[in-house]
Amino acid sequence: MTTEATEGKVYSVNGGDWDEVVSEVRDTEEERLVVNMGPQHPSTHGVLRLILTLDGETVTEARSAIGYLHTGIEKNMEYRTWTQGVTFVTRMDYLSPIFNETAYCLAVEKLLGITDRIPERASAIRVMMMELTRISSHLVAMGTFGMELGATTPFLFGYRDREMVMDLMEYITGLRMNMAYIRPGGVSVDLPAGTVDKVGEFLKEMPKRIKDIRKLLDANPVYLRRTQDVAYLDLTGCIALGVTGPILRAAGLPWDLRKSQPYCGYETYEFEVPTQTSCDVYGRYLVRMAEMEESLKIIEQALDRIAGPLKNQPVMIEDKKIGWPAQLALGPDGFGNSPDHIAHIMGSSMEALIHHFKLVTEGFRVPAGQAYAAIESPRGELGAHVVSDGGTRPYRVHFRDPSFTNLQSFPAMAEGGQVADVIAAVASIDPVMGGVDR
Amino acid sequence: MSENNLPGVPGVPDVPEAPVARRGMFGAQDSGDTSGFGGLVVRRAPRLSSPRPYGEYFDEVVDTLGMDDAIERVVVDRGELTLHVKRERLVEVARKLRDDPALRFELCLGVSGVHYPDLAGEELHAVYHLCSITHNRRVRLEVSCPDADPHIPSLVGVYPTNNWHERETYDFFGIVFDGHPALTRIMMPDDWDGHPQRKDYPLGGIPVEYRGAEIPPPDQRRSYA
Repeated sequence: MTTEATEGKVYSVNGGDWDEVVSEVRDTEEERLVVNMGPQHPSTHGVLRLILTLDGETVTEARSAIGYLHTGIEKNMEYRTWTQGVTFVTRMDYLSPIFNETAYCLAVEKLLGITDRIPERASAIRVMMMELTRISSHLVAMGTFGMELGATTPFLFGYRDREMVMDLMEYITGLRMNMAYIRPGGVSVDLPAGTVDKVGEFLKEMPKRIKDIRKLLDANPVYLRRTQDVAYLDLTGCIALGVTGPILRAAGLPWDLRKSQPYCGYETYEFEVPTQTSCDVYGRYLVRMAEMEESLKIIEQALDRIAGPLKNQPVMIEDKKIGWPAQLALGPDGFGNSPDHIAHIMGSSMEALIHHFKLVTEGFRVPAGQAYAAIESPRGELGAHVVSDGGTRPYRVHFRDPSFTNLQSFPAMAEGGQVADVIAAVASIDPVMGGVDR
Repeated sequence: MSENNLPGVPGVPDVPEAPVARRGMFGAQDSGDTSGFGGLVVRRAPRLSSPRPYGEYFDEVVDTLGMDDAIERVVVDRGELTLHVKRERLVEVARKLRDDPALRFELCLGVSGVHYPDLAGEELHAVYHLCSITHNRRVRLEVSCPDADPHIPSLVGVYPTNNWHERETYDFFGIVFDGHPALTRIMMPDDWDGHPQRKDYPLGGIPVEYRGAEIPPPDQRRSYA
C-alpha cells in the first residue's frame, strides 16, 4: 500500500503484498529507504524500536525509540514503604534483579546512616548473589548474541547453563527472578541448609560450561568476521556518551566500581578486571566471558567466608526499628514462617510484637536528605538516586540504569556500517528494556 | 528520634523552625482522634548549608572550582558533596568541572529530576551526578527552577550523554532544557498530557464492581504521615 506523507512516499508492507510493493518501488527515483526495525523483533532484546535510514546496505542514520516497556516503577515506589520498594526495583532490569535491589538498598542504608552496621554475612551473601546474577546475565547476553548472529548452539548452551544459576536462586530465595531478596539492612532470609554444597557443585561445573561456549565462539571464523572491527566505539566516545561496563572496558579502561569505589566489602576479594583494547563487538564478548570467570573466583571466596568465619552470623541489621524479621524458614504450608519468631512476638515480648507490627504496616522512617549509591552491574554503572522527606515512603527514587545510557551509543556504533552489523551492535550493548524504560 | 518525635538530622546546628510539612497520622482527618497521633506535627527538613571545612576532598574541589558567585550553597551530607548551582551559570560550572586538570569530572551519570511543590520559587530540581575517573571522586550538582519558568540550560554540549537523560527529565517533570538538540518525550507517548513524575500529577483510582465504589488513588488513601 502506498500513501503520501510529508517525508515522501510511504510503502507499507503488510504481508502477502510483496509483488505489489516491488512493482511500485521499481518505478521510484528514491534511493533512501527508512526501515522500522521493531518494536517487536527477536534480535532487539525486547521492545526496542530501531529506525534505520538505509542507502543500499549501508546505514546512514540510525535512531532508537524506547518507552514501550515504561511501567512507572519510580512513581509507584513513592506510594509504598521503603522495604516494599525492593519489590519494585527488582523488576527494572529483570536479567540482573539482585543488582537493582542492592543499589537501592545501599542508597537507603546510606540515608539511614547504617552502612557500617550491615552484618558481614549479609554483605558476603549479597556479593555471592550479585556475582551469580552477573554470570546468569552474561550467559543470556552471550547466548542471545550467538543466536542473533546465526548460531543456535551458544543460545542453547547459554540458557541451559543459566538454568543452573536460576535453580540456585530459587533454592536460596524461593524465586527464579524478581526475588526481592536484598532488603534495607541485610537480606530477607538466611541461606537454607545445603546452599554451600549446591553452590560448590555449581562452582565445579561452571568453568567447563564457560569453556564450552568459548570453544564455540572464541575462534569461530564466522563469528570473528561478524564481530571484529564491528560497532567500533573508542574511549573518548564511551566517556562522552556516558557508556560504562563491558563496553568501556573493551575500549581499554579498567574502570570497575568494584575495584575503584568498592561497596559490600569488594575490596577484600581478589579478582581481576578484564579489559580489551579492540573497542569492537568481539572485544566486548571477550570481556564478558572473562568477567564470568572472575565472578566464579569471587563466589568461591564469598562461599568460603559464608561457610567458615561468618557461619551462624546474623543476616539482618540488629536494630529493632529497621531490621526486618529475617529468620523465616519454609513452613509446611509452603509459606515463609518462623515458629520461634512467632512464639517470641506472640508469647514473650510485647515490644517485639509492636516492632513487628509497626515495621510491617508502617515501615521505618528515613531521615530527610538524598543519597546516590552506584554499583557495577553486568551492564555498567547502576546508580540509585534516592530522596527522602523524612517519611515512611521514598520521596523520589531515580535509577541511572546502564542499559538506558549505553543504548544512546547505538547510533554512534551503527551509522556508516552494514545493516547486518546493526544487530551485532545492539547485541554487544546488551540492553535490557525493563531497565531502559523502567 | 528527638524529643518532639521528629526524625533527627545528625550534625545540623540549631536552625529556625522549618514550615510545617504535614499534621496528624494515618491520613484520617474526619473522625475523632483517640490515639493522640492526630496532634503530630511534622516539619519540613531544614535547608542544609554546610560550613567549612567540608572534609575529605570536598574543600579541594570547591576551592579549585573557585566560582563562588555561581554556587548558591554547598551541602556535605552523608559523605556526599552537593553544589547548588545558579541555573544561568550551570554550563560554565560543568565545563570547568570537566576540563580543569585538577577536577576532571569527565563522566556524567545523567539527570534526575525532583519535584518539591512546597518550595516556592524553586519547585523543580535537576540533580546531576558527576564522576571523575582520573581522581576517583564524585560530586553532585543541583539546579532549581520555579514552576512558572521551568527552564534550565542544557548540558548536552558539555556531556553528550545527557541527551536522553534530559529528555527523560523533561518527559517526567516538564523541565525545559534550553539548548537541547531535540527535546521530545522519550518514555511517554508523544501526545501524552502532563508530566507523570510531578507530585501534582493526577493519579487514577481503581473502580470496584460493588455499588459503584472506587479504590481511591494512591495519594488519597489513608497512610502513615
